[in-house]
Amino acid sequence: MNRTYYGKLIFELSKQGRVGYSLPKNEFEGYKVDDLGTNALRQTETILPECDELTVVRHYTNMSNNNFGVDTGFYPLGSCTMKYNPKLNEELCQLPGFNMHPLTPAKYAQGSLKLYDEVQKTLAEIAGLSRFTLNPYAGAHGELTGLMVIRQYHMSRGDVARTKIIVPDSAHGTNPASAAVCGLQIVEVKSLANGTVDVEALKPLLGPDIAGMMMTNPNTLGLFETQIPEIARLVHECGGLMYYDGANLNPMLGVCRPGDMGFDVMHINLHKTFSTPHGGGGPGSGPVGVRKGLEQFLPNPQVLANEGGTYQLQCKDESLGYVSFFLGNFGIIIRAYAYLLSLGKENIPMAGKLSVLNANYIKESLRSHYKLPIDTVCKHEFVFDGLREEYGGDHHDSEHVTTLDVAKRLLDYGFHAPTIYFPLLFHEAMMIEPTETESKETLDDFIAVLKKIAEEAKADPQLLKTAPHDTPVRRMDDVKAVKEPKFTFKAL
Amino acid sequence: MEKDIQAATHSTPLPREGYEGGVFKYFPHTADDIRQMLDVIGVRSLDDLYAEIPEEIKLHRELDIPSEKSEEEVRDIIQGLAAQNKPLVCFAGAGSYDHYTPSVVPFIASRSEFSTSYTPYQAEISQGTLQYIFEYQTLMADLTGMDISNASMYDGTTATAEAMMMCTAAAKKRNRVLISKTIQPAVLAVCRTYAKFHGIDLVEVPEKDGVMDKECARELIEKDDVAGIIVCQPNRYGLIEDFTGLADLCHEHKALLAVNTMASALAVLKSPGEWGADIACGDAQSLGIPMGYGGPYIGYLCTKEALVRKMPGRLVGATTDADGRRTFVLTMQAREQHIRREKATSNICTAQGFMCLYVACYLSLMGPKGMREVNEQSYASAHYLHDELLKTGKFEKVYDAPFLNEFTLRYKGDAKALRETLAEEGYLLGVPTLFKENCLTIASTERRTKKEIDNMVERIKTIAL
Repeated sequence: MNRTYYGKLIFELSKQGRVGYSLPKNEFEGYKVDDLGTNALRQTETILPECDELTVVRHYTNMSNNNFGVDTGFYPLGSCTMKYNPKLNEELCQLPGFNMHPLTPAKYAQGSLKLYDEVQKTLAEIAGLSRFTLNPYAGAHGELTGLMVIRQYHMSRGDVARTKIIVPDSAHGTNPASAAVCGLQIVEVKSLANGTVDVEALKPLLGPDIAGMMMTNPNTLGLFETQIPEIARLVHECGGLMYYDGANLNPMLGVCRPGDMGFDVMHINLHKTFSTPHGGGGPGSGPVGVRKGLEQFLPNPQVLANEGGTYQLQCKDESLGYVSFFLGNFGIIIRAYAYLLSLGKENIPMAGKLSVLNANYIKESLRSHYKLPIDTVCKHEFVFDGLREEYGGDHHDSEHVTTLDVAKRLLDYGFHAPTIYFPLLFHEAMMIEPTETESKETLDDFIAVLKKIAEEAKADPQLLKTAPHDTPVRRMDDVKAVKEPKFTFKAL
Repeated sequence: MEKDIQAATHSTPLPREGYEGGVFKYFPHTADDIRQMLDVIGVRSLDDLYAEIPEEIKLHRELDIPSEKSEEEVRDIIQGLAAQNKPLVCFAGAGSYDHYTPSVVPFIASRSEFSTSYTPYQAEISQGTLQYIFEYQTLMADLTGMDISNASMYDGTTATAEAMMMCTAAAKKRNRVLISKTIQPAVLAVCRTYAKFHGIDLVEVPEKDGVMDKECARELIEKDDVAGIIVCQPNRYGLIEDFTGLADLCHEHKALLAVNTMASALAVLKSPGEWGADIACGDAQSLGIPMGYGGPYIGYLCTKEALVRKMPGRLVGATTDADGRRTFVLTMQAREQHIRREKATSNICTAQGFMCLYVACYLSLMGPKGMREVNEQSYASAHYLHDELLKTGKFEKVYDAPFLNEFTLRYKGDAKALRETLAEEGYLLGVPTLFKENCLTIASTERRTKKEIDNMVERIKTIAL
């Protein structure tokens, strides 16, 4: 990353008369868009910039130099599984043979359909479920689709009273939001002091109005919910289904499968667990898997394997309907397939185990300086509750050094910050997820820096409060961004 | 070395043959590293890190999936699958269009400083992402004639479903949304799904002569219980609709107007803003993004300033940093799912952020002149194809309304059989028009040459009806 701020916008580089494209000469004479008439045509000019090719290339290249990615440095963003994105996968997703119109007849798309089916089958085995759809575009889209499957299942049995869903208070924000969009009422279940679901508090919530329960396991504190067999039994007993938020699947790979834990429906984030790039906020992919007996409710269109090794697209009447234009973010699915093939049955479980090793190593190495609210072996991630009191972290003191201050100071040392202020169970949450692709040397550097920051917090809190100092730009005025909203170049 | 790894990982069944040094290319851990780290943690093996998990739910066997593959093996397998596809010369649209992508676009998109980052929460080290999203917002707001664009939705279908939910969220007490039956079939299908589960009363306005029945729409809007209406331009038959007076009617009756448009066409067709719309939505695949068998694409959603707090998705705003420099941040996050949780009216989180870079880069290269030219050539090739097909005497017109680069004709024989025959010869002649017997909805773009069209038409002439 370049520490000199670039900061220009393409509109500021525009000069009338320049072009950055070349098209063949128009071969068709006698046809003019203007023939459509003024009532159909645009009357206002556009703001589109006029730039030559090199200007555009330099502009975006300079911009990229002010950006931090996994390829730049360590990115321990909790719940986001920022693992290395293999370059082979990037090469293969661009093969010209995959660049087809989505409504190409299935006969001419057999390779793509086979790839889709291979990925869904592999995910089903990894998840311990029966069948996956790869149509949802992202994790939250998968959650919504999965909840639609649950509602569709209940409706198909004429059980229309099940309009509530149980969500733990530690859940990802998308869980209650997805449930709300799906038309479900949220019933929150509290966590115990150790951060896991309170089974006794769950029992009175269960009844004939419960559609199901959403959980992530390990939960957002990185803790495995050991009561999961009992929780699943209770929810099933009341007639509900169990939904698994797959954002935290990585540590479970090959060790303990959601289907075997008792879950009926789940989503997987291919951009987390299966190494596809996060792209500055997507495109991701959120495949949804279901237990046997629920397959028919998955969204249309569905890819089905025929006998004889051919594949077809099918739309089923029992399906919940369409949730996407076609078969989802297909380019992302190709990347995930390359990853699954590369790792195979030998390395997939190893990915999970090494991610857990890395997380626990950081946790144990830093508990001397940062507050560890729940002292137990974690899975792929864990949460500190800010700096320890002796390092200025007492949140009862209004002048205390906050998690935000620590996060900003980390940027000066060339690390991305952890996820901060989530989960909501703590004041100064700092959620760290290292992933398995980081070396011991990287973790040691990170640990040393976080210890140094703790010492700085004690010696010179102002240094942290005004951080970052060594990034392309300094701390932002977030309040101004809201009070004087400017969302376009024209508004500047 | 190999034995060390086995010992360090304890009971893990890991056949490590074939890997010198016993490590895998994406895992940096040596056996020594693992041992030292386990010592710091205070456990004996990797499996001890899973000691709390009840034994009865653990998987006590290998996963039943293929073994690890080398780079060359993976490439062979996936190239083999790509070779089983047969991409056809594309005369189909219906939401996905075969436009030219300048080589600079995929080149810039390969910058991994962009692609391997995530949502720009740490603005100080994410100005690249934030700036291209800000550019994208500017471009889409401008093309649609709106004040504000968000930082992307998944695709045009879900963007339209979000527009539908925006209508009811803004209207508070109204739960009915109208949608024109002439909207792209995939968009209608997704809106139906979202409406069913979200509890929206989605009423489909019928068509008349291939366009929305405006009288019918008027009657429904005048009932004063409609939160909004969603229309499409160009529509599912490729026809250009006339929305004169619709915005005023909507606003008189406190309903919102949402217009879904194929993004490339925004450069020449009357914009949603010019029609008086409150929301513009659709797919921006047509702005430099390959057809890619349906994704990744990018949905756009734009609106007026007054509705910004009802708009889902991320928003990038300009501000200043501690040194007073103009900078960019994610802003107005109080609208988003992670803050609103169960009160949210959208659950969107990760969307298609990276595709904003495709769109911004594409439009920067094309500029006003290029976008005009793309539309001129698409218009010309589509109209030439339309006229040539009619000249064969084997097709007939179904509708009279004007079109841009997509049109619908009826084949006098079996359209399905014709499409299959042409596919065998490498042409994708449109998509079957839903509920219209022997009709095909056919599209062309600036990528289709006169020779391709002439060759296909010559072939059609030889096929018996």
